[in-house]
Amino acid sequence: MSLKMPPADERILARRDEIIAALRAIVPGEGVIHKPDELRPYESDGLTAYRQPPMVVVLPETVDQVAAILRYCHRNAVKVVPRGSGTSLSGGALPLGDAVLLGMGRFNQVLEIDYEDRLAVVQPGVTNLAITKAVEAEGFYYAPDPSSQIACSIGGNVAENSGGVHCLKYGLTTNNVLGVQLVTMAGEVLRLGGKALDAPGLDLLGVVVGSEGLLGVVTEVTVRILPKPETARALLIGFPTVESAGQCVAETIAAGIIPAGMEMMDKPAIHAAEAFVHAGYPLDVEALLIVELDGPLAECAHLAAEVEAIARRNGAVTLRSSRDEAERLAFWAGRKAAFPAVGRISPDYYCMDGTIPRARLPLVLQRMKALSGQYGLGVANVFHAGDGNLHPLILYDANQPGELERAEAFGADILRLCVEVGGVLTGEHGVGVEKRDLMPVMFSEEDLRQQQRLKCAFDPGLLLNPGKVFPTLHRCAELGRMHVHHGQLAFPDLPRF
Amino acid sequence: MTVFTPDNTVQVQSVIASALAAGNKLELVGGGTRAEFGAPARQAGRLNLTRLSGILEYDPAELVLTARAGTPLAEIEAAVAARGQALAFEPWGGQGSTIGGVLAAGVAGSRRVSAGAARDHLLGFEAVSGRGEVFRAGAKVVKNVTGYDLPKLLCGSWGRLAALTEVTLKVLPRPQERLTLIWRGLADEAGFALMRAALRAPADIAAAAHLPGEATLLRLEGFGPSVAARRGYLAAALAAYGAPEALAEREAAPLWAGLQGGASFSGDAPLWGLSLPPRAALAAIAPLLELGGRYAADWGGGLIWLALDGHEEVIRRQAGQAGGHAMLVRAPAALRARIPALHPQPQPVEALSRRVRLAFDPLGVFETNRFLDLAHAD
Repeated sequence: MSLKMPPADERILARRDEIIAALRAIVPGEGVIHKPDELRPYESDGLTAYRQPPMVVVLPETVDQVAAILRYCHRNAVKVVPRGSGTSLSGGALPLGDAVLLGMGRFNQVLEIDYEDRLAVVQPGVTNLAITKAVEAEGFYYAPDPSSQIACSIGGNVAENSGGVHCLKYGLTTNNVLGVQLVTMAGEVLRLGGKALDAPGLDLLGVVVGSEGLLGVVTEVTVRILPKPETARALLIGFPTVESAGQCVAETIAAGIIPAGMEMMDKPAIHAAEAFVHAGYPLDVEALLIVELDGPLAECAHLAAEVEAIARRNGAVTLRSSRDEAERLAFWAGRKAAFPAVGRISPDYYCMDGTIPRARLPLVLQRMKALSGQYGLGVANVFHAGDGNLHPLILYDANQPGELERAEAFGADILRLCVEVGGVLTGEHGVGVEKRDLMPVMFSEEDLRQQQRLKCAFDPGLLLNPGKVFPTLHRCAELGRMHVHHGQLAFPDLPRF
Repeated sequence: MTVFTPDNTVQVQSVIASALAAGNKLELVGGGTRAEFGAPARQAGRLNLTRLSGILEYDPAELVLTARAGTPLAEIEAAVAARGQALAFEPWGGQGSTIGGVLAAGVAGSRRVSAGAARDHLLGFEAVSGRGEVFRAGAKVVKNVTGYDLPKLLCGSWGRLAALTEVTLKVLPRPQERLTLIWRGLADEAGFALMRAALRAPADIAAAAHLPGEATLLRLEGFGPSVAARRGYLAAALAAYGAPEALAEREAAPLWAGLQGGASFSGDAPLWGLSLPPRAALAAIAPLLELGGRYAADWGGGLIWLALDGHEEVIRRQAGQAGGHAMLVRAPAALRARIPALHPQPQPVEALSRRVRLAFDPLGVFETNRFLDLAHAD
């Protein structure tokens, strides 16, 4: 573990028993966990290379309890790390040794479904997939579909602004959330947004979504639900080169087609997936595209023909169109199992998440290959091709001394490369602890200071999820200081009337 | 009143720094097409951003366009139209309206119900804060979660946080076909029920509006075979409301244009925009219609343009109780000086909003009292 977390505050650790007693007074029964062996399941999230048992875990059941916990921690300067299902791939829910881990798993109820206004009000511990399950009998679904959707919670999705394979057409979490109930670190309960399409004043909801648990704790979420498209059809297309696959993607979009999903896999990923689930993927191609089209049958047929023509023009060597739902799901099975499939060919893998302008894909893959040789570690690539979101999976063995560190250094180089070609550090997994120290690669000191000033407006004591997202913790008083220079205009010849 | 017309970001910074040093206020202005929104500014210099103009990067295949913030909306729309693309949120503005102004005001047209708002299409920006500091947020790619989503916060912030100098937008393909179906003479309840039924069907409705006593409109967009299929589906599914007519684009366009910003409401009555849960909308406005209000509904019933003299408190109460809010969009200056343009929020939300504003503009250099809620630092 190469990243440093804020050092534990000895004064807080010395008060551990008192803090546990206070939390027990708020959440009676089994909702406070503090024995070392019982804390172990909470010591990491989806970023398993990082582990740290929390000081104590509290599992509230009511909004009042959440508010009381946060008020107590606020008054006593105790840090709090919120956690949903613990599936973050960036360490967003990594505990701190001197912090309370606030688990929201008991908030697991669907509160209201309104098909007329096409929305659902749910508690934050409800899983992403459970929302779709709750509304599918009426022909609806919840669009964002991160691959952890069977386990990840909607509260965690809000914190991370989660995406999925369908977000080019249907948006990320932020585009599908209408409102939240939020408890601030001071224990105030706020409603941001609601059942209308917009809210008055500043779009605070817009910054709460994707704030990685640093601005508040979400206790209720109102999401948009969508009528399920009449049909969906998938095309499975193999290409002899990554360049030709990339050109097919570009021409599809240039033709005005925004597919419901457009995924690319490189050769190592194709082979790993095929060996694992036998989806019938061609093994003699360098790149595989899955293009999913949805809508009325007539639309799917029309667009499938267009995409097939584009693919052929770009030298596709295999091309299959799903004839029924079973075949469509089979096409997806390999892609959806890509991560565990890679897990079979390597003792460990490290999943990256940069976004690049799509046109730079061939260059980025080429440079990645060179880095792979340099670090002596293999890499397999799955790629949300429509929106340029790259998921390189770095293969390593944690039992070999130094390999984890090498994998991390390789990953950091990939993300620097993404920024260098005009992209970003993270497309959907979040910064968390994982990419925290790379933030200056993408943002200037002033950019980061302005973001932290926003944090100060929500949590001036910096008690909520500290050590995540920002490489340097500035105190709010320091960030707020202003130096106004009295004197002449720097540009005396500036036009003014 | 001094008007500053800087040419570049450094000059914008210089104007703001000077205002800070002198303790002056600055009103941020693009094309000035929304100047009559909110209370008239008090003793403020005017920072006119229209000389920060021009498209900087546009790569249609990447679905991304970067422009300086003072670029006219019309120029951007023409550039993307030439490449078969569009700003999907259907922004609107008067002659000279700038992209920065569109974003700062957070305006979206009838497609809001299907394509999202301005905030859903701003990917990144460069701006100068009320601290006089240049900063960037977001990025120039369509998918990004690195750092707080400040582009969302800047949309609809009405120039109270920072002066936008450069913006990166998501652009999308322009639909190949556009078809408006019209049902004439439906009663209000039937018109609203029709919109709800259409929007919950798998028919991918682009826009839905109800003009009372006149027409109920559904707009379908997309590829020809798809539009035809959905038209057939809707005719069957909505048979109970009678057979619709397909409107020629030259007849449909003025109807949709009339909904933009409540443009079809002329006259002196103050104009309000009520954002409401669609199902609650009709009941919420019923007492307002009895008081003489006239309305048109867009966004499937989620947006009500309401023209009504007086009764400001009743309007706000009705909107609030229905779970929505009421924005005073257009009114004589005397009324705007008295009634806040934005619906007041519960105290803890107002207080948090104020702290957020202070995080960007601690000395209140952009606070011209336009919103009647002075947020100056003490």
